[in-house]
Amino acid sequence: MEEIITGGEALMRCLECEGVDYLFGYPGGTIMPVYDKLYDHQTTLKHILTRHEQGAIHAAEGYARATGKTGVVFATSGPGATNLVTGIADARMDSTPLVIIAGQVSINVLGSDAFQETDFIDITNPISKWGFMARKAEDIPDLIARAFFIANSGRPGPVIIDMPRNVQVETMKWEGYKKCNFIRTYIERPMPVEKDIESAAELLNSASRPLILAGHGVTIAGAERELGEIAEKGDIPVATTIHGLSALPTDHPKHIGMLGMHGNMGPNIATNRADVIFAIGMRFDDRVVGKVSDYAPDAKIIHVDIDASEMGRTINPYMTIHADAADALKALLPKIKRNNHPEWIKFISELQRIEYEKVVKYQRAPSGDNPMKMAEVVNKVSEMVNCDAILVTDVGQNQMTAVRNFKMTSPRSVITSGGLGTMGFGLPAAIGAKFGRPERTICLFCGDGGFQMTEQELGTIMEYGLDVKIVILNNNYLGNVRQWQKLFFKARYSQTPMLNPDFVAIGKAYGIEGEDVASANELPGAIDRMLKSERSYLLNVNIDPEDMVFPMVCPGDPIDRIMLNETEYLDSNIEL
Amino acid sequence: MKEKKPYTLAVFSENTVGILNLISIVYTRRSISVQSISASPTAIPGIYKTTVLSHSDRETMEKVVAQIEKAIYVVKAFLFTDDEIVHQEVALYKVPTVKLMDEPELEHIIRTHNARILEITQDFTVIEKTGHTDETEALFRELQKYDIRQFVRSGRVCVTKDPIEHVTVYLENRDKINKNKKI
Repeated sequence: MEEIITGGEALMRCLECEGVDYLFGYPGGTIMPVYDKLYDHQTTLKHILTRHEQGAIHAAEGYARATGKTGVVFATSGPGATNLVTGIADARMDSTPLVIIAGQVSINVLGSDAFQETDFIDITNPISKWGFMARKAEDIPDLIARAFFIANSGRPGPVIIDMPRNVQVETMKWEGYKKCNFIRTYIERPMPVEKDIESAAELLNSASRPLILAGHGVTIAGAERELGEIAEKGDIPVATTIHGLSALPTDHPKHIGMLGMHGNMGPNIATNRADVIFAIGMRFDDRVVGKVSDYAPDAKIIHVDIDASEMGRTINPYMTIHADAADALKALLPKIKRNNHPEWIKFISELQRIEYEKVVKYQRAPSGDNPMKMAEVVNKVSEMVNCDAILVTDVGQNQMTAVRNFKMTSPRSVITSGGLGTMGFGLPAAIGAKFGRPERTICLFCGDGGFQMTEQELGTIMEYGLDVKIVILNNNYLGNVRQWQKLFFKARYSQTPMLNPDFVAIGKAYGIEGEDVASANELPGAIDRMLKSERSYLLNVNIDPEDMVFPMVCPGDPIDRIMLNETEYLDSNIEL
Repeated sequence: MKEKKPYTLAVFSENTVGILNLISIVYTRRSISVQSISASPTAIPGIYKTTVLSHSDRETMEKVVAQIEKAIYVVKAFLFTDDEIVHQEVALYKVPTVKLMDEPELEHIIRTHNARILEITQDFTVIEKTGHTDETEALFRELQKYDIRQFVRSGRVCVTKDPIEHVTVYLENRDKINKNKKI
């Protein structure tokens, strides 16, 4: 039967056909015809009204990262669209699948500096995976199909559909929806070459100090099981990037911790001692690599990634495999020989022990009546939540401390802004994660600075009655900048101290329970009340401003030159 | 210092709105100055070729290629040094016609440079020269004393010396995959 519908109605049907359940957005002039049609589809397409477009896009990111599904965002043109820019850049850096539908002024006034007009596609070209403007209502089904295909295949990323107002109200003949699975200029799933897999297996099988570096790609591909099996079979330690942290449970015997500037000592020292490095679904970010010329001097590096442009971007690998992490690991698994590297494993566990004895133990020790240390708070929450929550963080010291101390047991349990380092990401991302995974406890750690960048999203929590556990590690400073000022700028605290509001009172204003935690003695009780509450709960925790994140690799230093505290370095020639 | 020299990038893409921007932003991001750019249809229906000339080192340019190829509608991008391609540019020189009348030397210059006269009006004469940059520049220097009113040079265009047409092969393979998917 031939059916004539508007572009806006077509959009709703397309989203339903793509299986969209939640949309995150904010209405405005040029997207109103879409919102009008949404009114008729609210039982299937549940729209979450955030308090700012940035909140909407970070929530969509949180949703996507927690579920693996594509996050969908609605915004109006002009300021609505430009408010999404930070989230788009964040999603691009951290490979997060998003489809963003933005209103646009009508085609007949495009380019005339019309009210609320911005050239959104061009603004976002450098930071989006793909962007296109719908020119006619009939374009919509094909464009939406392409958008979902592109956003959540290959290396996932944000896709922008610019939708002029007239296209939303024009009518078209609805002929049903066909999902897209092919674009001739886009190879979404490059298959690993058998011969390369053989070579990689040979290298790993004959290595005496092999190391796997696992990144976000493993989680995106859902290849956690294969990763664990390869690590166990070949007796190969696995170090992860920040996004790869939950690829293996924290307590998995082969999981040796996190790489990078504030990573664990085991992974960073092992990187520069390994003879073969198998890097999968990670991009050798400069925070992971440190000084490039001193990176992994003894290692033949095998770099597996679905994004060919990441190969050789920072370091020169010995060989590359252009493939999806799951395809590569599945092909590799049967070729990995049962192996044992007792001395190598012992070396790394000795490093882990030293890190615990010299650093972690003190950071986690209860502070009694004094202001607390960040690690002791995170560690306590992690213990009390039985290591079964999704960890969401903001950016800065809170983030580094949280990912270093929070234990995870299942995949997709860490949601953080890695590549872009977006302060203000935490609260809205936690909201999105809760919509995606309502059955999981969501634990958000943020600083007093980042929290205030998007704290208006407490309104979203209130409106939808969400249960998000919010822990503000409050040192009344922009702590990470303060740490750098202390270490590298002669303790000149330029614009980092902050006069903060009463966070608990702010929470209360939004109907969110909470309490101030002044000292460590009050901490267990407060965490207990937070976890027992069936609704959102906010802890404002009094953190010692002198508390810093260690170990640390200073910018420009080799990755194995590790600062244990303000004055002491680990001997990088350490022989165990 | 990494050795810098001219690199020609040939980008094959679908002919969609905004492709030029997607190519140029990769140069902009890395602060590489584009010396010339030209775009045209190719022998393959629906496929456009953008040719970009810049001065850089190979390592950087290989990263540029990889980043440009990430754009969804880009088929392939190829990096060439000057010896790997046959390339040309067109230059136009506008001089007062009176100079052509007064200075017999001028016609001689045009002939020795293998240039030609494109159009003559009472006021001006347009001379056209096809060649490499050094050749069109050489003519420019000689014509300078005859009061050049306008000078313009096109972007570089090129074809490869490679016997295999990689883009055609690539697209044929992709079409085969698509057919198999549908069955």
